[in-house]
Amino acid sequence: MLGTLVLFVLIGTGCVTSDVGPQDYMTVEGPVARRADSLWNVTFAIAVIVFVIVQGLLVYAIVKFRHRPGRQAAQFHGNTKVEVVLTLIPALILAGLAIPTVKAIADLSEKPEGALNVTVTAKQFWWQYEYTDHGVMTANEMHVPTGQPVFLTLEGADVIHSFWIPKLTGTQDVIPGRTNHMHFQADEPGEYYGQCKEYCGLSHANMRLRVIAHPPAEFERWVAEQQEEAEDPTDPLAQEGQEIFMQTCTNCHAIAGTDAKATTAPDLTHFASRSTFAGAMFDNNTENLRTWIRDPLAVKPGSLMPDYGLSEDQIDAVVAYLQTLR
Amino acid sequence: MATHEAAVTPHAEEHHTSTGLDNVKLAMWAFLGSECLFFGSLISTYLLYRNRTQGGPTPSEIYDIPFTSVSSFVLLMSSLTMVLALAAIQRGDHRGLRAWLLATAFLGMSFIGGQIYEFTTFYEEGLALSKSPFGSAFFLLTGFHGAHVTVGILMLLALYGMSAAGRIPQAESRKVEFIGLYWHFVDIVWIVIFTVIYLIPTE
Amino acid sequence: MATAALPQRRRLFSRPSAKTGVVSWLATADHKRIGILYGITAFIFFILGGLEALALRAQLARPNGEVLDADLYNQLFTMHGLTMIFFVIMPMGAAFVNFLLPLMIGARDVAFPRLNALSYWIFLFAGLFMYSSFFLGGAPDGGWFGYAPLSTSLPSHGMDFYAIGLQIAGIASLVASVNFIVTIINMRAPGMTLMRMPVFVWMTLVVQFLVLFAMPVIAVALFELTFDRLFDTNFFNAANGGDPVLWQHLFWVFGHPEVYILILPAMGIVSEIIPVYSRKPLFGYAAIVFAGAAIGFMGWGVWAHHMFAVGLGPVAVSAFALSTMFIAVPTGVKIFNWMGTLWQGDLRFPTAMLFALGFVSMFVIGGLSGVTHAIVPHDTQQTDTYWIVAHFHYVLFGGAMFAILGGLYYWWPKFFGHMLREGLGKLNFWLWFIGFNLTFGPHHLLGLNGMPRRIYTYPEGMGWDLWNLVSTVGAFTIALSVVVFLVNVAVSRARREEAVGDPWDARTLEWSIPSPPPEHNFDEIPIVTSRDDWWHRKYLSTPERQPTPVVAGAAEGGDTGHGHIHLPSPSLMPLIAAFGLPVIGYALIYKAFPVAILGALIALLGFFGWVFEPATAEDEH
Repeated sequence: MLGTLVLFVLIGTGCVTSDVGPQDYMTVEGPVARRADSLWNVTFAIAVIVFVIVQGLLVYAIVKFRHRPGRQAAQFHGNTKVEVVLTLIPALILAGLAIPTVKAIADLSEKPEGALNVTVTAKQFWWQYEYTDHGVMTANEMHVPTGQPVFLTLEGADVIHSFWIPKLTGTQDVIPGRTNHMHFQADEPGEYYGQCKEYCGLSHANMRLRVIAHPPAEFERWVAEQQEEAEDPTDPLAQEGQEIFMQTCTNCHAIAGTDAKATTAPDLTHFASRSTFAGAMFDNNTENLRTWIRDPLAVKPGSLMPDYGLSEDQIDAVVAYLQTLR
Repeated sequence: MATHEAAVTPHAEEHHTSTGLDNVKLAMWAFLGSECLFFGSLISTYLLYRNRTQGGPTPSEIYDIPFTSVSSFVLLMSSLTMVLALAAIQRGDHRGLRAWLLATAFLGMSFIGGQIYEFTTFYEEGLALSKSPFGSAFFLLTGFHGAHVTVGILMLLALYGMSAAGRIPQAESRKVEFIGLYWHFVDIVWIVIFTVIYLIPTE
Repeated sequence: MATAALPQRRRLFSRPSAKTGVVSWLATADHKRIGILYGITAFIFFILGGLEALALRAQLARPNGEVLDADLYNQLFTMHGLTMIFFVIMPMGAAFVNFLLPLMIGARDVAFPRLNALSYWIFLFAGLFMYSSFFLGGAPDGGWFGYAPLSTSLPSHGMDFYAIGLQIAGIASLVASVNFIVTIINMRAPGMTLMRMPVFVWMTLVVQFLVLFAMPVIAVALFELTFDRLFDTNFFNAANGGDPVLWQHLFWVFGHPEVYILILPAMGIVSEIIPVYSRKPLFGYAAIVFAGAAIGFMGWGVWAHHMFAVGLGPVAVSAFALSTMFIAVPTGVKIFNWMGTLWQGDLRFPTAMLFALGFVSMFVIGGLSGVTHAIVPHDTQQTDTYWIVAHFHYVLFGGAMFAILGGLYYWWPKFFGHMLREGLGKLNFWLWFIGFNLTFGPHHLLGLNGMPRRIYTYPEGMGWDLWNLVSTVGAFTIALSVVVFLVNVAVSRARREEAVGDPWDARTLEWSIPSPPPEHNFDEIPIVTSRDDWWHRKYLSTPERQPTPVVAGAAEGGDTGHGHIHLPSPSLMPLIAAFGLPVIGYALIYKAFPVAILGALIALLGFFGWVFEPATAEDEH
């Protein structure tokens, strides 16, 4: 019991000595997550106090009233006054917690002004982002400016998913047939980790995401780059790769500036500008790309990308092409 | 289902109970309470989906209120005959019991016949289980109700058989009462369904 | 009692008369035997569910684990949840209720003994049906909560087994609830008013009403799921106008009362154990009873706290946040009252008491973490992470399972006529306690550190490695504790330390009869004059309010009923009727409709035989 108590105290102050990871939500950033966190701090503190008192009394009772020869139990049946007090106190504490909670719910449900609008479509097992104000389509890695609220419109496609970036905000579910909204704001530049939080099938564990926050000027540069169409490659291997791509991959993938317009799978126009791929599951490097294209299902169960049976040379070519798509 | 332990013995007395209520009667009331939640959930589903017609037939297009009113009336009358059946056995009129039981069953079968006719007509007019959420919800709700009526009819016929075999003495009229409770409940559910589904206008 | 039944019927449907042997168990309508059947079956499922947990924990012990692939992991976590909830905790509760309820209220059996047997057989067949899916293309893999449209679209038959298997299990529970409600309301011994009933009986009454009203809701949800999967309906098909959130509403309107169905019997058990080993009455009996009823009632108004991230809107979400916070109040009342019972008591600590105290302590933790979920803006962080997994394991394992083990140690002498050994019992408890906290304590940390639920693996560098490993060690410790329990069962049976009727000097009526009880329970139905009636028969209150023993042979008073003891006769019909249900289930899954007719006929045959078989076996009167 003592050990559990110590653990709890450590959690509450956020000083857990083990690795604190990139999805830890005990230390958060941005006004939305901080609002929730401030409620948590109060609640958790109260919980710890109640825990200490109740467990303490339990231990006390066990020790003080344990049987010893000659001991007689006091035969009382109850004490109405004590009962009433012990009922009222928790009720009052909870009422005290309820008021700021309801206020926060109301405040957080309002659409923030001057927000960047992104439509998130969740598919098994990746995330599609459409920047409706800027005409940009990308996947898995969401770039945002610091200091500006980001307002997400969540559209479901196949099954229920849940969009979550712990350090910036709690989740909302993405549900087919419904449109949900959420918002967050990053105050500091950096890379924020997240993943799908509603069980969605075989690769639920592999449906991850990143949010990358830039200072506003840098963000505008990113937008400008993303708005450009893809250029044709000059390198022969990459050109060969483009040919293979246009025959094979355009069933599902789009490249702006070409005839490839399908939206079943991630838009790859600026694929090489991303640091991860396949639902932020793999680092975006040559080896991983080759492994992926060779047999997606072998590394990501339930992936809807089939194995097209490309030869090793063909794979090299496609990878070379993909790596030109900055 | 009458599963009373003393089904075959000629005891006139019932077992003593803490409340004075018969065990089976209490059980039937409890079961009917649970059935309220069952039909309540089905009705809730229907209320959510009644306007989701996906281009298929809509409630106002497809319902034939006069027809359904007649078959509702038939079911309502069957409750009357059920009451008469119980009254008959309570005064020891075994032939009356059997006659009114048959009448109740017959009216119930007419109701089911009407339902079957209605369902096949709707199907031909393009409303299927799989057509739209409206179709799914409508058929599930009315289908389960019809299944309950059918089970009721089987129980009524079983009662008829038991009476014919001399196994429902006047002192054990409660066996008829239990089934009567079930039958009236199924009727009341229909009144709710009829009101909610057919009578309340939709957009 | 020989009747005017026709000789032909007697030959066709005569009741089995064996008193020992397999047939006597297959045909039993004796609540005590049915309780034992429930208990053994539920414990076997507990081992299966535990093995599933061990596999899951082995997979999660290291990042990028390769013990289980994603598909198998998803089946195992789904089955682990389904097993523990529907095939362990609920039937364990049923086991205790079955054996003890008539004894505690001074009755000879439940209101409908064959219906009681029917519940058991349906439960058994539901469990076998569900588990057969492992061998028939894969177990359910959509999570125990089966959210649509994932659940409607998963390709293997697993979710069909889920929908139909749970449906069948639900029938078992519903049938039992009608039985127990009538028994409690109508079959109490003379003088046993409602406010003189043991708390376990009160909790059972509340629970059975919850079952009665919650089961139909999930039945409808499961029918809609089954129809979507098998008959192309559109209840949850968003592409054709269906709303996946409807599933969630129906599921959780059932699901939240369900968790109170799981915990209230445990609270009842603990309310029986603590006073006995404190040597004083339960503190605040009326408050505990009313709090239990309040929890049962308020439990209907909190369901959408499982849906805070669904986008229901700020008004709905606020309302459910409030109702969720306030349901903590009656729960707190119970905790305080158990502690009030300990207060100034004369405490002894046999194994049953250790488990009961462990319950109180662990449940406080689970309850407190539960309250944190009501803080909606933060719940959207907590939901679907291991913080939630920690919460419900603390209340369901730290709560219900602790209480169940405590109940087993406490009532074992009554069930089987011999004591469980104390030394092994204490070892059992400490391994269980340590193992449990080692397994689920770290889940709090993992959750707050951002580890989601229902993931079959995780990468390195997330900060989750250490606590996952610790948690796995804990899980194997729990397994060891279960082994110790089984050893205790075996050794106790072999060494057989005979139990007297009242080995604990306890308070309630079941201790007034021999251990194990005779088939007819009470030689004379007691006339009850107070709460804790057995205690007051043994002890008078002195002016100093201390109990002094009553001189043996003093006024008892009993009601012999009609001058004979009428016992329920065995019958094979419940078993036969129950058997029809899985047959229908398989027929639906494999679209073999003639087989469904066969299943229906088997069930009908069972009911037909039930109605027409003689009331008693031939050689009984």
